[in-house]
Amino acid sequence: MNMNVIEASGLGKRYGGTWALSECTLAIPAGHVAALVGPNGAGKTTLLNLAVGLAEPTAGGVTVLGGLPPGSPAALDGIAFVAQDMPVYKNLSAADMLHLTRNLNRHFDQPYARARLAELGIPLNRKAGKLSGGQQAQLALTVALARRPRLLVLDEPVAMLDPVARHDFMATVLTAAADDGVSVVLSSHVLAELERVADYLILLSRGRVQVAGEVDDLLASHRLLTGPAAEADRYSERPVVHVRRGEAQAHLLVRAAADDPVPPGWEAHPVGLEELTLAYLREPGAAALPGPGRDRTLPFETGQPSEVTR
Amino acid sequence: MTALTTPARPKRDAGLPPVPWRRMAWVTWRQHRAALAGVAVFLGALAVYLWLTGLQIHHSYAIACHPASSLDCTINFTGRYGITAIVVSMVLQAVPALIGAFAGAPVLARELETGTFRYAWTQGIGRWRWTLGKLVPLAVTVAAAAGAFSALFSWYNQPFLAAGYVMPFSTRVFDLRGVAFVAWTLAAFAIGALAGMLIRRVVPAIAATLAVYAGLAFATTLYLREHYMTPLLTSKLSLPGSAWIVSQWYARGGKFAFPNHGPQIVNALSRYCPGTSNVPAAQCLSRHGYTQWTSYQPGSRFWPFQWIEGGWLLALSVLLIAATVWLVRRRAA
Repeated sequence: MNMNVIEASGLGKRYGGTWALSECTLAIPAGHVAALVGPNGAGKTTLLNLAVGLAEPTAGGVTVLGGLPPGSPAALDGIAFVAQDMPVYKNLSAADMLHLTRNLNRHFDQPYARARLAELGIPLNRKAGKLSGGQQAQLALTVALARRPRLLVLDEPVAMLDPVARHDFMATVLTAAADDGVSVVLSSHVLAELERVADYLILLSRGRVQVAGEVDDLLASHRLLTGPAAEADRYSERPVVHVRRGEAQAHLLVRAAADDPVPPGWEAHPVGLEELTLAYLREPGAAALPGPGRDRTLPFETGQPSEVTR
Repeated sequence: MTALTTPARPKRDAGLPPVPWRRMAWVTWRQHRAALAGVAVFLGALAVYLWLTGLQIHHSYAIACHPASSLDCTINFTGRYGITAIVVSMVLQAVPALIGAFAGAPVLARELETGTFRYAWTQGIGRWRWTLGKLVPLAVTVAAAAGAFSALFSWYNQPFLAAGYVMPFSTRVFDLRGVAFVAWTLAAFAIGALAGMLIRRVVPAIAATLAVYAGLAFATTLYLREHYMTPLLTSKLSLPGSAWIVSQWYARGGKFAFPNHGPQIVNALSRYCPGTSNVPAAQCLSRHGYTQWTSYQPGSRFWPFQWIEGGWLLALSVLLIAATVWLVRRRAA
């Protein structure tokens, strides 16, 4: 599995006069459920469209599945894409959606698709337009997975779903990833869901990659320090990503391992993925990126962390 | 963690066999059978009407028109059915435009409007095969339906031609007969498909298709068609009724004098032929040294004209469909 499912180098896309994505260099290794996170307008959808071949880069290049050009027959064959609005043909029945997808692809696992829909209680003869939002999403996901892709790309898959449908949808994705070894790349701005789902994180901000790495590594290399607010500015042992100030106490997200010494008067806590992501989202200047030959140690570059007062 | 490398040289595709066309045929049929049924019902209803009234017309012609120039024919045949035939031929002028607008424009516009193109264009078949596999069978089908329909119209129109009520080159019927009707329907479909791709919304694409088609049809009828072949030139005063007169003018001493319309001929007539309104102008003026020249397309050129019009419209349709496929291939989402 030593392959990158998506690999971009200096990738940029301009729509009219606006760069939706610029100077994007990243590699998403196979065998992960990778979450692409970022504020609205960060270029998540653009990056995914480029990777599935729906858009052409303005600058730089992108390859998929270990070096294939996006949109090439082999790439189309190995990648299933579910777009943001879960497109299904509303006037076709669920059974027709299966037939349609089978006819548009070299392979299609019809028994799997039928079994999935039966399990989900989606009637085969019902028009897709008459299914609930959650069922439409499940139908779109089922036809995508029945293609037996090597890579499943999901653009904001849960944004429009209610909590139950969201849970069921992600359960299907995780099952596919665990049982069939499908690599998954999904974009999302629903942070709460990520901790349960993703084991690889890419944080995109203003069209650039800010954080990339395995979730376990990222969590292991960050600590949340809580101490007196007055001393927050004097802390300098470890790089500070983000400072959150309260009345008396300050919370510092720092890049430090679990066994790093904690200064007197300060308390160290492990950080959650949501908290970590939020901290980086608030500090567009900070970055945590893997680099060639520096596999386990994340190089650090930082702008001056701004202070957020609460 | 995998190290980052520059994706400089993409690997070549590992020679995957393409998804067979017949599978795409199923997709096209499943997704557009409603539109094709709409075309069939629309043309079918018109065909039933043409067939029923056509039977009456043929019957009436057989009884009344011995010969076709008889008064009986004028009263009982053209007098009874002439207006109907004019209205029918005018209504039928809109048929290719409607087929293009309602069967052609939505093919891509609907996918783009509803976002389903993100599904369709990321399937294993690939987008240009998907596009070609939709547009070509649909174009062939509507063209075939149009061909059958125009054959029926030719039968319907035959007695009016025979009675001299309508001429082969008449703008009302020229493009409803022969290969022209097929070619116009094909062109309308291709215009619709391209408009759908460019405009990306169904209703505006339908409107644009109707507008572009109307513009093209009017320009062809009014300006283009008469130039398909160099007109013949004659100074004879009587031409067969099937001839299409392109222009007429008077010459004197081998030099152009004035056209057969406008103030100059009015002046000439009032000078040379005052009060002789019952003598044809050409005869009167010829006594004063003027020759009337006529450039015209003889009726025998009907089929060459049909093939020329069919030919360039077919070429245009192929070009438009190719442009549509090219746009689909390179369109940025």
